[in-house]
Amino acid sequence: MTVGDFTSLLIWLPIGAAVVIWALPLSRYATGSLAVLVSLAEVGLWIEQAARFDFSHGGVQFQQKATWIDDLHVSYHVGELAFSLWFVGLTVVCMAACTAYGFWVGRERPRAYFGLMLFLTGATVGVFVAQDLLLFYAFFEAMLIPLYVLVGVWGGPGRLGATVKFVIYTMAGSLFMLAALIAYGVHVGTFDMLSGPISSSRWIFLGFMLAFAIKSPLFPFHGWLPDAYRQSPPEVAAVLSGVIAKAGLYGMLRIAIPFFPDPASYYRTLFMALGALALVYGSLLAFRAPDLRGVVAYSSLAQSGLIAIGLFSGTTLGFDGAVLQIVAHGFVSTALFLIAGTVERRTTTDQFALLGGMARGRPALATLLLTTGVISLAVPGSAAFAGEFLILAGAYQRAWWWAAIGAGAIVLAAMYMLRLISAVLHEARGSTVADEALDLRAGELALIVPLVATLLVLSAWPAGITHHTGTSVVQTSSVTP
Amino acid sequence: MIHTPHVDWFAISTMLVLLGASFVALLSAVLVPAGARRPFAATVSGLGFTGGLITSIWLYATSAHGHLVVSGAFYRDRWTMLTQIIICGIGLVTTLLGAEQIARPHNDHIAEFFSLLLACAAGMTFFVGSANLMVMFLSLEWFSIALYVLCAIDYNVEGSLEAGLKYLIIGSFGSAALLFGSALVYGATNRIDFAGIAANGHSNDSLLVLGLAMIITGLGFKSSSAPFHMWTPDVYEGAPTTVTAFMSAATKVAAFALAFRLLRTAFPAEEHLWSWAFAGIAVASLAIGNLAALVQRNIKRMLAYSSISHAGFLLIGLSAGSALGGRALLYYLIVYSAMAFGSFAVVAARERELGEAVTLDNLAGFGWERPFLGVAMWFFLFGFAGLPLGGGFVAKFYVLSAAYKHGWAWLVIVGVVFTLISLYYYLAVVRAMYMRPSEELRLAPVAGGSPPREPLLHVAVGIALLVSVGSLFAVGPVLDLTKHAVAALPF
Repeated sequence: MTVGDFTSLLIWLPIGAAVVIWALPLSRYATGSLAVLVSLAEVGLWIEQAARFDFSHGGVQFQQKATWIDDLHVSYHVGELAFSLWFVGLTVVCMAACTAYGFWVGRERPRAYFGLMLFLTGATVGVFVAQDLLLFYAFFEAMLIPLYVLVGVWGGPGRLGATVKFVIYTMAGSLFMLAALIAYGVHVGTFDMLSGPISSSRWIFLGFMLAFAIKSPLFPFHGWLPDAYRQSPPEVAAVLSGVIAKAGLYGMLRIAIPFFPDPASYYRTLFMALGALALVYGSLLAFRAPDLRGVVAYSSLAQSGLIAIGLFSGTTLGFDGAVLQIVAHGFVSTALFLIAGTVERRTTTDQFALLGGMARGRPALATLLLTTGVISLAVPGSAAFAGEFLILAGAYQRAWWWAAIGAGAIVLAAMYMLRLISAVLHEARGSTVADEALDLRAGELALIVPLVATLLVLSAWPAGITHHTGTSVVQTSSVTP
Repeated sequence: MIHTPHVDWFAISTMLVLLGASFVALLSAVLVPAGARRPFAATVSGLGFTGGLITSIWLYATSAHGHLVVSGAFYRDRWTMLTQIIICGIGLVTTLLGAEQIARPHNDHIAEFFSLLLACAAGMTFFVGSANLMVMFLSLEWFSIALYVLCAIDYNVEGSLEAGLKYLIIGSFGSAALLFGSALVYGATNRIDFAGIAANGHSNDSLLVLGLAMIITGLGFKSSSAPFHMWTPDVYEGAPTTVTAFMSAATKVAAFALAFRLLRTAFPAEEHLWSWAFAGIAVASLAIGNLAALVQRNIKRMLAYSSISHAGFLLIGLSAGSALGGRALLYYLIVYSAMAFGSFAVVAARERELGEAVTLDNLAGFGWERPFLGVAMWFFLFGFAGLPLGGGFVAKFYVLSAAYKHGWAWLVIVGVVFTLISLYYYLAVVRAMYMRPSEELRLAPVAGGSPPREPLLHVAVGIALLVSVGSLFAVGPVLDLTKHAVAALPF
């Protein structure tokens, strides 16, 4: 037995560190260093787990279980499926990069800030490892609390409106999920995700799906998205789109589809259509957005839609592609938002009208933005290409025109991403781009290069994930085509 | 010669301890020199509540088999004793708060305050164990009268006297309804003891049903449930904040604990009537409390409406009427009373600092200026909203599960919708505390300089925080307590 067996440690180490940071009057430097160290320790723990994970075995590994509320059969039950492992990996790596970014830019009120970032890390990992519905719900909600403050205190000028919208939207979904999980759990007599039977109730399914569709988001539940992504500090926007939004997709993959096979296939067309709408509409909006963050925000909407198509296609290819695409897009959008942050620090703006010509004399910035952008537009050979290809192949097994819509949207992705790259890096020099504005510094490179390197590794070896997703446990007989 | 019944003195020792302490505190108002009166009376009060805690915990441990004592007037069982523990705990933290906050700056009536507080708690501990309508009404009046005076104790403060008078008039109306209802029930069944009413009552007897309805009305006034809530915002706002903190926590505990026992013991055959009645009152409380709270600027008024909405959630547990509902109710009461007390205590600190009523505007920057109180308030508010930062989350889950198990999925939906609405105003407070800089409003503490140190207030808030957060992690032990308590009731 090694330390990696304790999945709980991944949750409670950062939360405990957050409490320590809040309680002790440490200096700015000590606080930031401690936070970054803890988030790196998380990455280390995850690597240890990934190395020892038995992919051939399947099922939930590294389990821990304790009674929580015994008369309603609620337990504290954590553990990892193969695909949860990838979600956790995405979380710890992106959170480490974003926490370090906060340290690098020197956020005000460091104790509050780093405590909240660590709390957010723990809560998000909790979502991906919970094997009990109430525990899942608790972590799902707990993510919201630090985010609310992170956006509301350290955000841009429109932060107050953005936070209200974000919280009300998200909670509207998750409270109906609470009603749904009470209905499910009290009815079947257990909240455990491993022993819980499948259900055919459409209402309960829709209760869960409402929460996941808002979190992901899918059209038309994306109203919170543009404001939240634009008003957040860049590293929080990165976390939001790269990691937090993935919790909605994880919920579909782990709960909505496997526990409710009949409703999932009954509503398949509806949710694939919502995904397709999000894909096309998000891509069009991204193409029209006047600012860097707007493009990344709406492209996240589009990607969520694509992933939802893959999940609801209900095919093995669709599931595997969705898992790969979730991880790839998580890294892409984290990297893009962090790059957007570095651009904003140099020019005070992310409006395309005021930017341009940044490639000249800034090779590192240009290379990283170009690489990430090209991976994100799914150029053949990239991780995103592999993910999208599998998703479209899965959708094609369902009906050819789903694949056609998806392929059309990939063309749109190329358009908006190339527009972004050219508006920031090329064209005439923007009015806010001063010659004195430096290229990326060593500290910034240390954050963004690992993210891009991970993407390149995934591009070279997508099978590392797609052959180890363990999604076969998700597919019950009635979902397979 | 008058026949005197056998009295189990130990069973009522909690009340006796509290009453004795109350008497000593009252004497200190005339016997102890003015300078030493505040520490003396506060110490007496603290000792009284500690003694009450000890006896009630001891009684809890030794009352596994519930039975009637004092010729059938009082229940010695774990339901009584657990609620007594909660009430004494609230009294203890109120003492900490009152020792610093009440009757500044003149020390007027400080000893009387502690005396009344102890007497009020003694009345409540009697009320929750009452086994017949007579004892119920007497103890209700006993603690109510103490509360009326407590509300008016800071008569220099604008609104305190008004609050006391308003509470007196409306509270009397509620007591009258309860008394009239008791008379009708007695008329219908010829019995005043709870068990006897259950044995002799017929649920098609309109006299009995009318009596039950009036008793529910009377208890509705005490628990500040809509539509009997009109007094709540005014009284909570006008009363000294220490008293408000005590009242919002302890009165709810007493009223709901008694209501659940009364209905389970005396009116089990009428469950189909009262569960619907309470479900209706729950929906009304949730609607009125949450919607009215949305537009409040004054924090005390907002928390008052929030307490009405929580009465709604408690009523959901009550209306389920099952053992699960009873456990949910008690668990909710423990968590809610910690959060309600704590949030009012934080408001009291800000109020003293500013010398004026606390509003959403003048809370700006509070969270950064006084980090501990700010974080505590943050936990209480998110707990109220049912986010998983404390036992409020489990409490809400528990009452909603009880309602679902009762077959009322619609009530779950209602609860969920109003929780969503409540987020808006709870978050408004967090927003005011953390997201708006105080420089923006150019506020300065009236006294100038740093705020008073208030160590006791911090201890009191710390205890409330510990209970409200600890109950999330220690769900098992707390639920065991409630399970044993509920086992004392007939199902």
